[in-house]
Amino acid sequence: MIPTLILVSIISFGIIQLIPGDYLSKRQMDPTISRETLEQQKENLGLDRSLPVRYWKWIEGIITRGDFGYSFSNYRPVASVLFEGRIGYTIFLGITNLVFVYLFSIPIGIYSAVNQYAISDNVVTFLAFIGLSIPNFFLALVLMFFIAGPLDVGANLGVGGLFVAQHMGTPWFHGFVPNMPKIANFFWHVWPYVIAVGTASLAGVVRIMRGQMLEFMNRQFAQTAKAKGLRENVVIYKHVFRNAINPIITNFGYSFRRLVSGSLITAIVLGVPTVQRAYWTALNQQDEQVIMAGLVFFALMLLVGNLVADFLLAWNDPRIRYD
Amino acid sequence: MAEADQVDEVERRKRRSQWRRMWRRFRRHTLGQIGGIIVLVIVMIVFLANFIAPYNFSSQHRDYANAPPTKIHFTDDGGLAWPYVYGTKKEYNEYYEKVYVEDKSEKYPIKFFVQGEKYSFWGLFESKIHFFGTGTPKVRIFLFGTDKFGRDLFSRTLWGGWISLLIGPFALITTLVIAIPMGLLSGYLGGWVDMLVQRIIEVIMAFPKLPLWLALAMVVQGLPSAYRFFFIVAVFSLVDWTTLARTLRGLVLSAREEDYTMAAQAAGASRIRIMFRHILPNTTTYLVVASTLSIPGWIIGEASISYLGLGIKEPQTSWGLLLSQANNLETITSYPWLLIPGVFIVVTVLAYNFFGDGIRDAADPFTTVGGK
Repeated sequence: MIPTLILVSIISFGIIQLIPGDYLSKRQMDPTISRETLEQQKENLGLDRSLPVRYWKWIEGIITRGDFGYSFSNYRPVASVLFEGRIGYTIFLGITNLVFVYLFSIPIGIYSAVNQYAISDNVVTFLAFIGLSIPNFFLALVLMFFIAGPLDVGANLGVGGLFVAQHMGTPWFHGFVPNMPKIANFFWHVWPYVIAVGTASLAGVVRIMRGQMLEFMNRQFAQTAKAKGLRENVVIYKHVFRNAINPIITNFGYSFRRLVSGSLITAIVLGVPTVQRAYWTALNQQDEQVIMAGLVFFALMLLVGNLVADFLLAWNDPRIRYD
Repeated sequence: MAEADQVDEVERRKRRSQWRRMWRRFRRHTLGQIGGIIVLVIVMIVFLANFIAPYNFSSQHRDYANAPPTKIHFTDDGGLAWPYVYGTKKEYNEYYEKVYVEDKSEKYPIKFFVQGEKYSFWGLFESKIHFFGTGTPKVRIFLFGTDKFGRDLFSRTLWGGWISLLIGPFALITTLVIAIPMGLLSGYLGGWVDMLVQRIIEVIMAFPKLPLWLALAMVVQGLPSAYRFFFIVAVFSLVDWTTLARTLRGLVLSAREEDYTMAAQAAGASRIRIMFRHILPNTTTYLVVASTLSIPGWIIGEASISYLGLGIKEPQTSWGLLLSQANNLETITSYPWLLIPGVFIVVTVLAYNFFGDGIRDAADPFTTVGGK
């Protein structure tokens, strides 16, 4: 894990160096800034030093001081640009997405497999295909359109962002009493986001789950269980399901990757303040230090996701042991 | 006698090539065929875009900014009639907003093969003949409405399609060019080569795709926008060769132990020859399946990064770029027709997914994942 992270940081650093121009090249065009000031700034920022030295300074800052660098476009530290007021929502929304995906996909997959080739199964299969084929940003746009447009359901509660203006900056709790209107408004804003981000993963997991269930339902151990008189539900959930779930867990890392990518563009469309959105803003501003830190952060998220998948796999299947 | 027939049958089956069998199985996969046909139809439409579109994709109809789709009437006084349209005129509603209303004073029947704007058909010849139109510049047909510059969205959608259709095949070729040698070398040679390639793959796969694509698209941003398409292709293949190379390596590892490889070795074939002439052909089924299944991802990828403004740029256009005009709530609710290019993305990707599913089932008779 650590060697991968080191390589990740080198690649992130390298990509940023490849982007033509830096912070100062923009300022060189500005006639009000004198040559001397530019030279001075170049020295202050360490841009006159060699690449390995600059890389080392950057890493050293992260490890020793938790300092990810300085955002020149925002005149704030990178950590504050990327994470402040965002990391909480990012984690909350990420977990909500995962819950949404697995809460629905596994039962739907099982149902679809048990009713193989029934009308309901064909409908599920077809919908899963569509879910896989809709780009999530387009789904977000369509949801926005329907909420505010022809359906006009609760458009007064707002679409996009996380709150309407009146709830911004108000506390979540008045003492110990939860601020219900704010919480309700928050969830009203969260559901289109969760659906837009999660649909593709949901469809993917449904397909895998269905295929896996079908495969194990025909195995001999399932037939034996049925033959000795166990109830259908017991066979399905105790015997088949426990075996069929393994690839779903292995797939967790993949789904997670998809969610991190998907939430980037959806957060931009719906204006949700996540880390991904700050990364996007940084890309537009060519805010190098923020882009660099963002890339490392995303890679870290994926590593954590894979680690979780490994643990889950060992927990579900005692045959799997890591040395 | 019967026994001889059977032997004959077995012999015939053996001789029937793998591809023929795959094709036969594909012919039984209805959904896969429907997908394939839809893809072909879209390819045809996009190929004939200049002819089918009533206007050039960049012509601005100044008086028709943000005009809604032109209504085509099929009935006249309660009875059926040859399709016709009315002219449009601008009015102001009670909120003093500009609205387009139909000018019902005169009917303009839709004509086919009409004279219109001059266009060049893929640089081959020039023509003025368009598939349909009103035949008069006074009244125009905007099937999908217009954007804020008064450009016909229907014409632009057809024209923008070629990017979405070509990005897949192009990205595929470049991806294969990187992935095949990497996978073969890594799997067959082993040792430090394998070690190195695997570390590279690991570190690229440590990033989520979209943020990495965007960062790399940022790197090539300063380069000339006429070649933007190829830079996007390069970005995709630089990131996406990893999955393919990794699986290929696994296949090569098992093929290395097969008898035919040992036979080739014993016969004194060079390592390059064994890799490319003996092992690679045995992985083609996998490559074909993986290829068809990876194309939809690139179509969505191009649409996504163009939507975010780092992909294809004006004056070129693509479905993702067209959608980026609908980037806020006001626009979406006032001019919902701007969402139409998205439908084209969905249909194309869906068709590709059906097609890929059919190919996969045809290639491997044992998988039953997905529809019948």
